[in-house]
Amino acid sequence: MITFEGVTKRYRDGTVAVDDLSLEVPTGAITVFVGPSGCGKTTSLRMINRMIDATSGRIALDGQDVREIDPPTLRRGIGYVIQQAGLFPHRKIVDNVATVPYLLGWNKKKARARAMELLELVGLDAGLANRYPFQLSGGQQQRVGVARALAADPPVLLMDEPFSAVDPVVRASLQDELLRLQSELRKTIVFVTHDIDEAVKLGDTVAVLRVGGRLAQMAGPATLLTEPADDFVRGFLGRDRGIRRLSFISAKEVRLGPAPPDLVTDGDGRPLGWRTGDGLAAYGTFDPETDSLRAALDAALLSPNGVAVAVDEEGRVRGVAGRDAIDDLLAEYAPPVRGAGSAAAEEAPA
Amino acid sequence: MNWLADFFGDAAHWSGPDGIPARLLEHLGYSAAAFLVAALIAVPLGMLIGHTGRGALLVVVAANAARALPTLGLLVLVVLLAGVGTVLPVLVPLIVLAVPPILVNTYEGLRGVDADLRDAAYGMGLRGRQVLFRTLTPVALPLILLGLRLSAIQVVSTATVAAFVGLGGLGRFIIDGLATKAYSSVIGGAVLVAALALAVQFGFLLLDRVVVSPGVRQTR
Repeated sequence: MITFEGVTKRYRDGTVAVDDLSLEVPTGAITVFVGPSGCGKTTSLRMINRMIDATSGRIALDGQDVREIDPPTLRRGIGYVIQQAGLFPHRKIVDNVATVPYLLGWNKKKARARAMELLELVGLDAGLANRYPFQLSGGQQQRVGVARALAADPPVLLMDEPFSAVDPVVRASLQDELLRLQSELRKTIVFVTHDIDEAVKLGDTVAVLRVGGRLAQMAGPATLLTEPADDFVRGFLGRDRGIRRLSFISAKEVRLGPAPPDLVTDGDGRPLGWRTGDGLAAYGTFDPETDSLRAALDAALLSPNGVAVAVDEEGRVRGVAGRDAIDDLLAEYAPPVRGAGSAAAEEAPA
Repeated sequence: MNWLADFFGDAAHWSGPDGIPARLLEHLGYSAAAFLVAALIAVPLGMLIGHTGRGALLVVVAANAARALPTLGLLVLVVLLAGVGTVLPVLVPLIVLAVPPILVNTYEGLRGVDADLRDAAYGMGLRGRQVLFRTLTPVALPLILLGLRLSAIQVVSTATVAAFVGLGGLGRFIIDGLATKAYSSVIGGAVLVAALALAVQFGFLLLDRVVVSPGVRQTR
């Protein structure tokens, strides 16, 4: 666990980057620091591995104040991934990944073997090991950056806008890859981004910071979407919060009915379309096992009759869900009523 | 062409204390001594200033002074101060000439390293000295070598001035030739100096191949 206790960073010119920040980063989960530029999110991250030292307050790693640890020693125990990957251009990929093991004094053979393991773990071909960074694409370089950070198996990983310099398609695949890795590795990850969608997608917990370095709200992504603490958080979350919140509700509980005869399927039971007077109409599908309620609703909206087609992982029809079935689940997960009780009590005549 | 044949074809020019091999060795001796001293001063200094960012003004001053300084004037000055009969009058101006290109390029090479890279190096847990030697220097190496090359070429070309103060080197062929109107000697000497400068250039290109990482060479 990483603990911030009243941490403030004030620069010599008087600028306050982080103002009295107190929060806890839980072990084995992804905590995202998100906010507009100037909110002190990167400064907060860099104070953990002492790339920047706090002016006052305390940051503790499993109870130990980071200021008691010599910075290089501290940093070798913390994985660090930065925006442009920051790979060493003069070293081969395998040696880039083995940077920290070399620093820790591992012999070359062991360090390289470990590096090869990590390349595989982050989904890179072993053939890239002897290339130089300039020979790799941006997305590949970023994967190497992650592999390098993980090389000495540190319990903590700091990621400073690691995916913001790659195109949206690559970014999405890197995000999915990170979630897959995390489900295996269970690291304590602090992830900094200015992209609220990325924060909501990746974070087990999201800390929203406001300009001037103050914590606006810290909550799970679903809670954040339904119950933003104030106008700043509401504004920062942007539009469609209600719809986006549905991404965190599994579609497993959607009540399925039998497929009606006007749903045309092929020989393997995969949907082809809805029968209409002069042909087939469009349809939408979702997989109740892996998809969210948002996907189910989306599937319903894509069909002319408002019925979503539930499929299994092979794409075969398992049943259908009408809008009534989706609506029932929506009602079940309606946001909690807040403040109404106390307001009523105040207005009640004495 | 006849002059060249006269000069290089004469067997007397190939032996003795004033033959081509002896003069070439002298020339190389002055050049190597001045170049090594300059490199030993300028490379560490440039690295230190580039790494710490302190003393950058010195680099600017050195770069400007180098353009303004008359080598021959300095030569005469050192002769006046130290007298003839030592190699000092030729070494001092050559060293003064050789330092600025090395200093400026070493400094610029280190300063020019991507800030993200520096950040990543510290963030991985490298100590200051490891950042300098394992990251900044290998990445800056092409520029450092460029500085050394420019400097070495200037030194071998300028070492001809040694002849002005009665010392040896290839300059003797040129200066003695001019004095006695033996133009084949003047041209022969000039060709030798030019060939030496080309050889130095070539040598550094080879060195570049060997010591610069392909990863850095390709990105430039």
